[in-house]
Amino acid sequence: MNAKERMKIQRQPMPEQDPKVRARNFDEVPYGYTAELAKKEALRCLSCPKPFCVDGCPVEIDIPAFINLVADGDFVGAAKKIKEKNALPAICGRVCPQEVQCEQRCVRGKKGEPVAIGRLERFAADYERSQGEVEIPETAKPTGKKVAIVGSGPAGLTVAGDLVKLGHDVTIFEALHKPGGVLVYGIPEFRLPKDIVASEIDYLKRMGVKIETSFVIGKTSTIDELFEEGFDAVFLGVGAGLPVFMGIPGENLNGVYSANEYLTRANLMKAYLFPEYDTPIVKGKNVAVIGGGNVAMDSARTALRLGADNVYLVYRRSEKEMPARVEEIHHAKEEGINFHLLTNPKRYIGNDKGWVVGMECLRMELGEPDDSGRRRPVPIEGSEFVLDVDTVVVAIGTRANPLVQSTTPGLELNKRGYIEADEETGKTSREGVFAGGDIVTGSATVILAMGAGRKAARAIHEYLMSKN
Amino acid sequence: MASRLIEKKQLSENVFQMVFEAGKIARKRKAGQFVVIRIHDQGERIPLTIAGANPEKGTITIVFQRVGKTTYHLSMLEEGDEVMDIVGPMGKPTHIENVGTVACIGGGVGVAPVYPITEAMKAAGNYVISIIGARDKGLVIMEEEMRSVSDELIVATDDGSYGFHGFVSQALEQEVIKKGKHVDQVVAIGPVPMMKAVCDTTRKYDIPTIVSLNSIMVDATGMCGACRVSVGGKTHFVCVDGPEFDGHQVDFKQLIDRQRIYLDQEKLSLERYLEGLGKEGRQV
Repeated sequence: MNAKERMKIQRQPMPEQDPKVRARNFDEVPYGYTAELAKKEALRCLSCPKPFCVDGCPVEIDIPAFINLVADGDFVGAAKKIKEKNALPAICGRVCPQEVQCEQRCVRGKKGEPVAIGRLERFAADYERSQGEVEIPETAKPTGKKVAIVGSGPAGLTVAGDLVKLGHDVTIFEALHKPGGVLVYGIPEFRLPKDIVASEIDYLKRMGVKIETSFVIGKTSTIDELFEEGFDAVFLGVGAGLPVFMGIPGENLNGVYSANEYLTRANLMKAYLFPEYDTPIVKGKNVAVIGGGNVAMDSARTALRLGADNVYLVYRRSEKEMPARVEEIHHAKEEGINFHLLTNPKRYIGNDKGWVVGMECLRMELGEPDDSGRRRPVPIEGSEFVLDVDTVVVAIGTRANPLVQSTTPGLELNKRGYIEADEETGKTSREGVFAGGDIVTGSATVILAMGAGRKAARAIHEYLMSKN
Repeated sequence: MASRLIEKKQLSENVFQMVFEAGKIARKRKAGQFVVIRIHDQGERIPLTIAGANPEKGTITIVFQRVGKTTYHLSMLEEGDEVMDIVGPMGKPTHIENVGTVACIGGGVGVAPVYPITEAMKAAGNYVISIIGARDKGLVIMEEEMRSVSDELIVATDDGSYGFHGFVSQALEQEVIKKGKHVDQVVAIGPVPMMKAVCDTTRKYDIPTIVSLNSIMVDATGMCGACRVSVGGKTHFVCVDGPEFDGHQVDFKQLIDRQRIYLDQEKLSLERYLEGLGKEGRQV
């Protein structure tokens, strides 16, 4: 097919559940491409000699190559091509913000819409999995070097996958009872089905990665003890797990959750299946979610699926400044989330039993840009009003959990408690200790954590091989 | 990691003592710390204080009262059975120091977590006056263990069926403070109303008082904030900042409210569980 014909093909939409139906179930929202749709979409790729899309990918996937394989109908080959660079394609195809990465650089986007790279990645990975047990790549012969990875989120899994392929003996230590970090406790089932996470982790295990769950570094063992036990290097990918509250009156009332708790109950503990599962969750009728990021969208959409009549998304700036992905905002709106923009809670009102019954809010207006370049929200005096709510989810961000840092002498931290690590190598102030992901950068995305993991893996390999 | 139950003992009608295999935790734990247990794949995560450990054998001891579904289920396990996950040791250890005279007070099942602290306080050279209490004689637990690590031991029962007639807070005031015994520090663990009553008493006499809080938790690593508590007007997470706090600063009303968040669900869950046991024809 020549370029002219390719240019004529429009971007293929991905079929998804009807908003009214899906707002009441936890099943995944999009169904994914069919083989036919995938091939058609793949044909839109112009196979640029200088593919800008690859520059936009934090893990440098050979995008035109895998898309060509999809167009040829070699879907398993496409999946393998992706996996040369990315061990978690089914996850990244779903949760990467492609619109600001690979797809933003796609030349087709200059006039019209970019190639749906994320959807194609997802399709290839799903197709391969549907064909039975996924073949694992060959690993290098054992080097005899032992690496400990702390945290089994996107950063840790990437490091593990890269290092095990190079022949190192890799053990991941995970504090929770299931591996996956934010992929299992944070991102909801309807956006990232947990059996997909489990099978991508299983793939790593089959490659030889060992995972110790219910093992808290900083408590069960310290970093120094890991070295004493014979580990040659340590990677810290513990995430930024500490929830932030606003510090306004009434925040400890019953019914007020951190997004971390709300989502952990729902996702990791499967509280939406209570009482079949033992962990309960408050199923509010009128739920307010505070914040404008992906976690806020996930919380709001979870509240709806738990049976809320009204879910209010309360955000202090306007929609334009929301950090959430456009797609998540779009899905949330479609499902019926009420957006209360330029609004900020001032205090929570409780009853005599300590339950939240209302939330006093202030209207805001946008002033001059702040440090983040976004216009600063300024309260409008006298604009207070009360919203009747019985559940509140505070989703305004997270900070560094000090558990590991406080038990690792000599590990340098920045002002905000994050670990100081070299951007290119993940090297910390401690010899043999590397770090990457949210614990270095503060809360970011799955793929950025994976990108940091990729770089750290390279540096760890060099470190191990030079140390004989 | 999974962990095998190797010894089980019923201490009173609803209180059980269990010894689990948990080598790393046994070697690491210090007085005042706890573990989180998840029995099975659909199970919830519950925090339980470590009542003792044997580092050589690699075992830890927990003592718990069955109240809800999970603790009931735990009480039904037999020696040789496994729980799916046990993780720890969580929380900060008790600050142990020779301060002179320490009163270690345990109410009900709270005697279990107070025991390792009492042991450590004694070992640090303190003169230890222990007060343990329960509703009636049959519910008094770990009396001999407590006696073995205390210089003096007072047993109190609410109904007077054994020892001092009254609450532990009253025993502290009448049998210790008013008898002219100087107390430098109090450690009190038990039901929230008991800890509150002890704090109300010690506040009058200006005696520093440590309490150990049993909030609802999920991950117990500081990630969720379910366990938050107001101490001196500031929010703390019991799992990582505690579990022990200055009892005179704790907002007990809020703590009681927060412990009741899932009362309805807990009731439903327990009913379903007991119904299931009935169908299996098992004795509870």
